[in-house]
Amino acid sequence: MLDVRGLKKVYEGSGRRIEAVRDLTFTVGAGELVCLVGPSGCGKTTLLKCVGGLLAPTAGEVSLSGRKVDGPPPGMAFVFQEYGRSLFPWMRVGDNVELPLRQKDLSRARRRELVGDALASVGLADAAGAYPWQLSGGMQQRVAIARALAYEPEVLLMDEPFAAVDAQTRADLEDLVRRLWRERGITILFVTHDIDEAVYLGERVIVLSASPTVVREQLRVDLPAERDQVHTRVAPRFAELRTRVYEQIQAAKRGAATPAKADMPPSG
Amino acid sequence: MRGPLLRLVFVLGLPVVLVAVWWAASAGSKDVYWPPLRTIVETFPDVWTGERWRGDVLPSVLRLAAGYALAAVAGVALGTLVGSRRRVRAVCEPVLEFLRAVPPPVLVPVIMLFAGIGDTMKIVVIATGCVWPVLLNTVEGVRAVDPVMAETARSYGITGAARLRRVVLPSASPQIFAGLRQALSIGIILMVISEMFAASNGLGFTIVQFQRSFAIPGMWTGILLLGLLGFVLSVLFQLVERRVLGWYHGLRDASRRS
Repeated sequence: MLDVRGLKKVYEGSGRRIEAVRDLTFTVGAGELVCLVGPSGCGKTTLLKCVGGLLAPTAGEVSLSGRKVDGPPPGMAFVFQEYGRSLFPWMRVGDNVELPLRQKDLSRARRRELVGDALASVGLADAAGAYPWQLSGGMQQRVAIARALAYEPEVLLMDEPFAAVDAQTRADLEDLVRRLWRERGITILFVTHDIDEAVYLGERVIVLSASPTVVREQLRVDLPAERDQVHTRVAPRFAELRTRVYEQIQAAKRGAATPAKADMPPSG
Repeated sequence: MRGPLLRLVFVLGLPVVLVAVWWAASAGSKDVYWPPLRTIVETFPDVWTGERWRGDVLPSVLRLAAGYALAAVAGVALGTLVGSRRRVRAVCEPVLEFLRAVPPPVLVPVIMLFAGIGDTMKIVVIATGCVWPVLLNTVEGVRAVDPVMAETARSYGITGAARLRRVVLPSASPQIFAGLRQALSIGIILMVISEMFAASNGLGFTIVQFQRSFAIPGMWTGILLLGLLGFVLSVLFQLVERRVLGWYHGLRDASRRS
């Protein structure tokens, strides 16, 4: 489905050469929910922008369903961390969700239907007429998620989407993502720096090294598909997995030279 | 109930006081140049008859509207072009700053040379004066589009005309309106000045005529009318702005509260 092979990104500017991403290879299978987690400043956003076609990689390539990504492909939707700056404040919520659909060849009725459906599935059916800035942060991020859903992407890219909301809202939004993923069978690549979030959400967690980034380890999360904030987070297996990821991240921060051998082969 | 009434008192209070002071201070004036306000007010309906409105006020306002509209369209169009291309901006910016620094009234004699002394000259004068604040503010506004918004638009394939219409221009609209507001007051000044140089009708022309024929109260009524015209236009502008930029004021209030 989504193939990232030998991805490398070097920023050149004002005499400095910064190697943000060194060599990344991983795949995301159709209908998978994969979390990328790494230490702060490890080039997660750079990586995601390369995957989304917003940045051109220095070397390597990204392909979606066998087609090389060399610009934002129509089959991808992005949810950014900064929801307040990602929604357009001059448009009402419904128009924000509808705007990307106007670029597609869809009838007005079909667009309406997609917008209504997407807003309903994030629990904001009555908010279509409000402006984004009239909503709370969590609700704004729901609108951004609805916009992505209405776009009917093959892959949904989420860049630390819940880093800027409070803890309770965050738990709700995590459950929302899990539910949408199960209901709609979409493929999600979710970037986060929060270890618990990565383990709680993902079917698979890819641990990244510190910058310049490589894949340090891939872990299959063998928790039951039915997860909830109370029980999943106290399950012994959850604790084991989060400890494993935590150790890897700590090792990555110390800059341990050789990444540990992956204990699970990547799927796909 | 007290709210609106109090607001009305605040809004009207100072103007009423000022007019009253003027009225009282000028009441017994024998000075030819400073006639009593009472005389000016009494002269007003005699001077500004239906014919004057049609023959002088209307042509002035129409020329202002034409010049202003021309400047607005040209300013936003050029500003968008300059603002969205870094190369074009680098080339144009020093020239624009220079042109803006030239006081528009000095252009009147120059423009008279090629545009004559008719309506065209006056419209061109108004447009060349008004275009700079609109242009420069549009450049700034277009340049300052939030990078996250720009990336969002790009990731959803919103490009070309749709991007311009639904992302870039709305995002720049608060700045564009700031430019349009400055341009409005410049436009009124240039409307009057262009008519003082060479004209056969218009508000500026009439005021100069009164002054030259020592019809001093008449001259004062013209000045009052100009003030009122400026006031009405500014109120109209605010109404339009409040409609178009409703989202912006709401957004600002929302972020101030949090």
